[in-house]
Amino acid sequence: MTYLAKPKLHHPDLPRNKLGYTRRDYEGAISTLCAGCGHDSISAAIVQAFFDLDIAPHRVAKLSGIGCSSKTPTYFLGNSHGFNSVHGRMPSVLTGANLANRDLIYLGVSGDGDSASIGIGQFMHVLRRGVNMVYIVENNGVYGLTKGQFSATADKGSKAKRGAVNSDEPIDMVMLALQMGATFVARGFSGDKEQLIPLIAAAVLHKGAAFIDVVSPCVAFNNHPGSTKSYDYVREHNEAVNFLDVMVPREPITADYGPGSVQDVMMHDGGTIRLRKVHPEFDPTDKIAAMNFLQQQQAAGEIVTGLLYAHPDSRDLHDAQETVAVPLNSLRDADLVPGAAALATFNQGLR
Amino acid sequence: MNAKAAAVRVNDFVVKFANVNGSGSASANGLFARAILRMGVPVSARNIFPSNIQGLPTWYEVRVSEAGWRGRRGGVDLVVAMNPQTWDKDVAELDTGGVLFYDSTRPIPPSKLRDDVTIIGMPLTAICNAEYSDPRQRQLFKNIIYLGALAALVDLDTAEIEKLFAEQYKGKEALLESNRKALSLGRDYALANFDCPLPIRVRRANAVGDRVFIDGNSASALGCIYGGATVCAWYPITPSSSLAEAFQKHCRKFRVDKATGQNKYAIVQAEDELASIGIVIGAAWNGARAFTATSGPGISLMQEFIGLAYFAEIPAVLFDIQRGSPSTGMPTRTQQADLLLCAYASHGDTKHVLLFPQDPTECFTMAADALDLADRLQTPIFVLSDLDIGMQDWLTEPLAWDDRRRLDRGKVMTREELEAGKEFGRYLDVDGDGIPFRTYPGTHPTKGSFFTRGTTKDRYARYTEEGPAYVDNMQRLLRKFETAKDLVPAPVIEKAAQPTRTGVIWFGSTGAAMAETLTALAADGIHLDRMRLRAFPFADAVAEFIAAHDKVFVVEQNRDAQLRMMLVNECGIDPDKLIAVLHYDGTPITARFIIGEIAEKAAVFNVKPMRKVAS
Repeated sequence: MTYLAKPKLHHPDLPRNKLGYTRRDYEGAISTLCAGCGHDSISAAIVQAFFDLDIAPHRVAKLSGIGCSSKTPTYFLGNSHGFNSVHGRMPSVLTGANLANRDLIYLGVSGDGDSASIGIGQFMHVLRRGVNMVYIVENNGVYGLTKGQFSATADKGSKAKRGAVNSDEPIDMVMLALQMGATFVARGFSGDKEQLIPLIAAAVLHKGAAFIDVVSPCVAFNNHPGSTKSYDYVREHNEAVNFLDVMVPREPITADYGPGSVQDVMMHDGGTIRLRKVHPEFDPTDKIAAMNFLQQQQAAGEIVTGLLYAHPDSRDLHDAQETVAVPLNSLRDADLVPGAAALATFNQGLR
Repeated sequence: MNAKAAAVRVNDFVVKFANVNGSGSASANGLFARAILRMGVPVSARNIFPSNIQGLPTWYEVRVSEAGWRGRRGGVDLVVAMNPQTWDKDVAELDTGGVLFYDSTRPIPPSKLRDDVTIIGMPLTAICNAEYSDPRQRQLFKNIIYLGALAALVDLDTAEIEKLFAEQYKGKEALLESNRKALSLGRDYALANFDCPLPIRVRRANAVGDRVFIDGNSASALGCIYGGATVCAWYPITPSSSLAEAFQKHCRKFRVDKATGQNKYAIVQAEDELASIGIVIGAAWNGARAFTATSGPGISLMQEFIGLAYFAEIPAVLFDIQRGSPSTGMPTRTQQADLLLCAYASHGDTKHVLLFPQDPTECFTMAADALDLADRLQTPIFVLSDLDIGMQDWLTEPLAWDDRRRLDRGKVMTREELEAGKEFGRYLDVDGDGIPFRTYPGTHPTKGSFFTRGTTKDRYARYTEEGPAYVDNMQRLLRKFETAKDLVPAPVIEKAAQPTRTGVIWFGSTGAAMAETLTALAADGIHLDRMRLRAFPFADAVAEFIAAHDKVFVVEQNRDAQLRMMLVNECGIDPDKLIAVLHYDGTPITARFIIGEIAEKAAVFNVKPMRKVAS
C-alpha cells in the first residue's frame, strides 16, 4: 500500500536504460500480497520488461479490475496513471482509454476470477475488437481475496485447500483468446521469469490485442497437493514450446536458455522476436496448428507455455475505426465544432 | 358519401393513420405532415408503433394546429383506417362529426360503421390492382394514392407534396414520375367522387416561421458533435438507438478529416450496456469527451459503473431516452419514470446531475451543455429525454450556436503547471467549489500521475480506509453537488396573467401540452404561476417558488410522482403542498388530460377561479 513508502535513495551505479531511467523508476509501492505470491514475480517481470524496452513509465496506462491480481498495478510503474476499475470490466475501460489516446501503451492486468467468470464477456469482446494492448491474466485458479473459492479456470478434479473437489469443466483462457481473434497469445509461468520477461516485451511491441495467460500459484489457497496450479505441479507439467529473444533496435532481450532451432517473427514496428524452439514442429504463426497442438498437449496433461501465436501483420481497433493519427483527446474546438454557419445550413435542410 | 353537416374547421384538427407495420406507409404519412408545414401551418406528428418489424398495427397521428400546440390533443377528427386488425378501435376513437376514410374494395357491414361520422370509402386496392401488376408496387403506391385523395379532401396543396417528391427523388426521375402519377390518381379520384374539401381543411398560413422539423435523438446527436464528443459507445435499445445512429451520420458529415479521410471520432457498438459505460468512462478518464445513449433497462445495467464514476470523479454523459418501464415494460411507449433511477443511481450515497430537455432544440443545447458540465464537474451527467421527444419529429426552434463559445474542459492540470511546481492532489479542493484538479494520463514523466480507484482514498489519491478521510471526501462531493446547482440550466419561471397562490411545475416532454393547458385553464379562470424544471440539483429558486404558493401541481408522466418525491426530499417541502398530476399509460400526456385533472383537483383543494378584477 502506498503509505508504505519505499526509500527514495538507491545505489548511484544502478544501470540506466537509454532514457536514463533505472529499474527503480519502473517500480511501484511495496506489495501487500502474501509473501511468495506468484503475482509479485509478474510485477517484477513487468518492471524489467518496460525497463528493457526503454519505455518511459508515464507513457503507460495500467488498468485492472478487482481481485488480488488487479491490486498489482499499484506495485509497478509508479509514475504511470493507473485505474483499478470494476470487477470484470477492465476491458471496456481500457478500450475507451485506448480510443481516447492511441499514443499511450495500455497494460491490462486481471485475474482468472475477473476475466474468466464475471468478466468473460468483456474479455472476449476486447480481443475480438483488436484493442492495441497487453492483457495479462494472473491465473491461479482460485479467488484469493475472498479466501479460496474455485475460479472458472480450476481444473476439473483439482482439490481445494479444504479438500473440496472441483466438478466443473475449466475454461482455457489461451484457447478462448485464440478463438476470439487475439493476434498475440502466450502463456507464461510466474515461477519462470526468464521466459516471462521477453513474452511481456514482445506483447508490448505487438500491435493489436496481445494476451498472456500467466499461471501464478496462490501460496495461501492453491499451492497444496491436489492443486493443478501449485508451483510443484506447474513445474512438473510445464512444457515450454519456445523461448524468446525480443530484438528492439538495441540489444536483444534474451531468455537465458540453451540454443535450439531458431525462427524469427517480425513485429509491426520493425522489431523482431527470435524464437528458440523446443518443439521444432511448432510454428506460432500458424493459428490452426497451434490450437491443435494445444488441445493435444492439454489432453496429455501438459501445460504448454511460450509464445503460442503471433499474427505478424495484425491490425488494431484504430485501424478498423480509421481514426486520425493524433490522439482523439488532443483535438480542439477548431477540429471538432462545425460552427454556426454549418448549423444554419443544417437547419435549412429541416424545413 | 353520407354528408353530415359539420362546422368548417381550418388548421385545427387531428388526423390519425392506422396502418400495418412494414407496409411502407410511414413515408406517405410523413409527406402529409411535411406538406402541411410547407403551407406554413404548424403540425405535431407522432408515430405510435409496436415492438415489431412487420405485421403489427402502427399509427401515425398528425395534429394540425395553427395556434402551434405541440402536445397530443386527444381525440381524432379524420381517421385513415387502413388496418382491418384495429378497425373497431380506430372507428371508435373518432370524435362525433369526424371523418372515416377507408379502403372500400371489400364491403364493410353497416354494423361496423358509425352514423355520427362522415364515411368516405375509396376502393384503393381495386384501383391499385387495376393500375399495377407488381405486388410491392400495389402496396407502396396505395399509400401515395391515399395521400393524393387526402390532399384533395383536406385541401392540401399537392404542389407542396410534389416539391417534397422532387427533393426526395433528386436524380431518380423514374421514381419521381411514378410517385407523381400515383398522387394524381388519388387526387383525381377524390375530386371526382367526393365533396372536396371537407369541413376540416388546411389553409395556407404564416405560422411556422423559421422553426425546423426534427426528432430529439437526431438533435441530441448533433449536440454531441458541437459539444466536442469524440467517443460514443452504445448498445442498441429502443428508443435510444437512433441517437447513436444519428451521431454516426453526423460524424460522417462533420468529423471526417478532409485531407486524409480519417475520422475525428470513434463509435463502438458494445456487447452490452456495461461495456458501453465502461468505454465512456475509460475514454473520459483519458481526456476524450464521451457519451452513451440508452434507456431505462440500460441505466439499470450501468449502476455499478455509475457509482465508480461518481466516486472516482470521472466525466461521463448518459442519454436516457425514457420508455415505459419497469422491466421490458412498454418498450415503444413513452414515460418519464427514470428520475429516481438516474438521480440516485448506484449503491451507497450518490446523487447525480440530471438535465431535462423539453424538445429537440433543447436536446441539442443540453447535449453540448452536458459534455461541458461533465468535464467541469467531473461526474456523470444524465440527459433525460424520452421516446416522445427522442423519436418523434417536432416543429421546434432552429438549432443555434454561438461561435464564441469554447469547450469547457474543466480543471485539468497541464504539464507546464506541474513542471512549474504547482501542487497537485487529485482529490484536493483548492478553491472551495468541491471540484479538484485532474491530470490526463501521460502528462508528465514524474509528476501528476495518480491511481484511480473506487475504493476510498485521501486528497492525494492514496489508498486509505480511514473514516475521517472517507467523510472528508464524501463531504467534498456534496460541496461539488452544491456547486452544480449554479452551473446547470436554471428553471424557467413565469407568472400567471392574474395574481395567484397556486402554481404548477413540470419538466421535459410534458411541456408540449402545458402551454395549451395553461391557456385553456386561464380562459376558465384558473390562473397558475408556472415553473419548468430544466435540471437537478434544484436551484434555490425552486424551493422559493414553492414557498411562494399555497398549492403547487406537479405534472409528470409516471405512476409514483417521482419528481414530487424529489422535491419533497431535496427541498424539504410539506408533501400536502404538492398535488400530483400523473399520466403513465405510455401515450404522451395531453392538454385535455391535464386540464381535466387540474380543474377537478383545483375544485377539491379550493382553488377559486379568479376572474379578472374589473377596473
